[in-house]
Amino acid sequence: MPSDELIQRVRSVVAKNKGVPVDAVSLDSTFEDLGMDSLDAVNLLFALEEEFDVSIPDHEARTINSVRGMVTGVETLLTKKSTDAGTSG
Amino acid sequence: MHRVAITGLGVICALGKTTKDFWASLQQGSVGIGPITAVDRSFLRFQNGAEVRDYNPLEYFEPKQSDLMDRFAQFAVIAAKEAVKDARLDLTPELCSSAAVITGACAGGQSSEDQGFYDIYRANRNRVHPMTIPKTMANAGASLICMELGITGAAFTISTACSSAAHAVGLGYSMVASGAVPVALVGGSEAPFSLGLLKAWEALRVVSAGTCRPFSKDRSGMILGEGGAVLVLERLDQARARGIKIYGEIAGFGMSSDACHITHPSPDGAASAMQRALANAETAPEQVGYINAHGTGTEVNDSTETAAIRKVFGAHAEKLAVSSTKSMHGHTLGAAGALEAAASVLALHHGVLPPTANYTTPDPACDLDVIPNTARTAQVDCCLSNSFAFGGLNAALVFKRA
Repeated sequence: MPSDELIQRVRSVVAKNKGVPVDAVSLDSTFEDLGMDSLDAVNLLFALEEEFDVSIPDHEARTINSVRGMVTGVETLLTKKSTDAGTSG
Repeated sequence: MHRVAITGLGVICALGKTTKDFWASLQQGSVGIGPITAVDRSFLRFQNGAEVRDYNPLEYFEPKQSDLMDRFAQFAVIAAKEAVKDARLDLTPELCSSAAVITGACAGGQSSEDQGFYDIYRANRNRVHPMTIPKTMANAGASLICMELGITGAAFTISTACSSAAHAVGLGYSMVASGAVPVALVGGSEAPFSLGLLKAWEALRVVSAGTCRPFSKDRSGMILGEGGAVLVLERLDQARARGIKIYGEIAGFGMSSDACHITHPSPDGAASAMQRALANAETAPEQVGYINAHGTGTEVNDSTETAAIRKVFGAHAEKLAVSSTKSMHGHTLGAAGALEAAASVLALHHGVLPPTANYTTPDPACDLDVIPNTARTAQVDCCLSNSFAFGGLNAALVFKRA
């Protein structure tokens, strides 16, 4: 399970990007609920990469269409990042 | 209004460094896409591009001359010289003072600018090369063509992203048709393989990590390409009087603006450009046999373009052959409309329709006859070439067999 802190950070990135209150963004919100088009999605992916210092591959980005998907994706990338840092360090 | 003939072609791109090689590759369905060599690929998520292979500027220019020209401008000059020679144009002082030169360029001399910025921001130098500005400017191609050939007539550059060269060809067509100029050299060039620009394309998430598969269900984005193409346009009666080979006619030109979204295309805008081009050519949709599609290979472009074609052509869409040659020469941005104008008129001239390469799987959202993978022998009398730009600025050209 992703931590509450991670969920909050993703929600606030989405909220800031869409210009809506954090309360309007739930874990179950879809891109459609949030009224996001393809360019909004690209901007949001960039904001997430900046927030978490990860690189989100295009093929993974394409499968995500909800806040829950973003949280799971970011969590996976963060886990991979800490594992990579552990093995290379 | 005068009828307008295409009497000369010059092309340099990933498919070859001459029009002859370009056409041979298109006919064979050869793909000019491979690992990018211009920059360190380890910085990039995508790895492939359509570069001009084994290109040595010193085969075309004196060292002192080539130092003054960005790669994109070199491509413009190389294509223009081939086109003028092909058209056997006699560049008399009279013609030089009345001919027009119109080029398309989207990014301009990005490699030169990138180098300058690298020197400042990364290498911590406090000066850049003094030629950075004249090498970077988008009109360098038009200026250098004029200097090389001694043309002193109307000359300018159009920058409408991926429609740049189609707008340039269309404007030149309009100027010759109206009698404003007797001859126009029109086309475009691009050399987008600089790291800064590639990173910007990466961020937009429209470039494929694999290859360009227009209209195929498994398409995953565009592939950037570089190159240049120039067409010599002149009045049909004048071309006939000269007894010169005529590739075909430009019969119509249509433009539109989506006025909708900065990156997402609109089927209505695309359809309007096609309808206006057909109206300008006084041609019924049923007379068109082939469309050289914008066909970038992105999810959205190809389905939107299919919808637009269906809107314009109705039941006749079932009888149309449609292909995207970007599957072979990549998306050359500001040069795309010129490369594809050359491909279109060569298809009419030779009676062979180039294929959509890399095609694997039908997509219900792109349910047109896309000439998958193998060129088709077919004598088509009239074809259309589409260019749709980011920013929603669209251009369509109608070509007819001479």
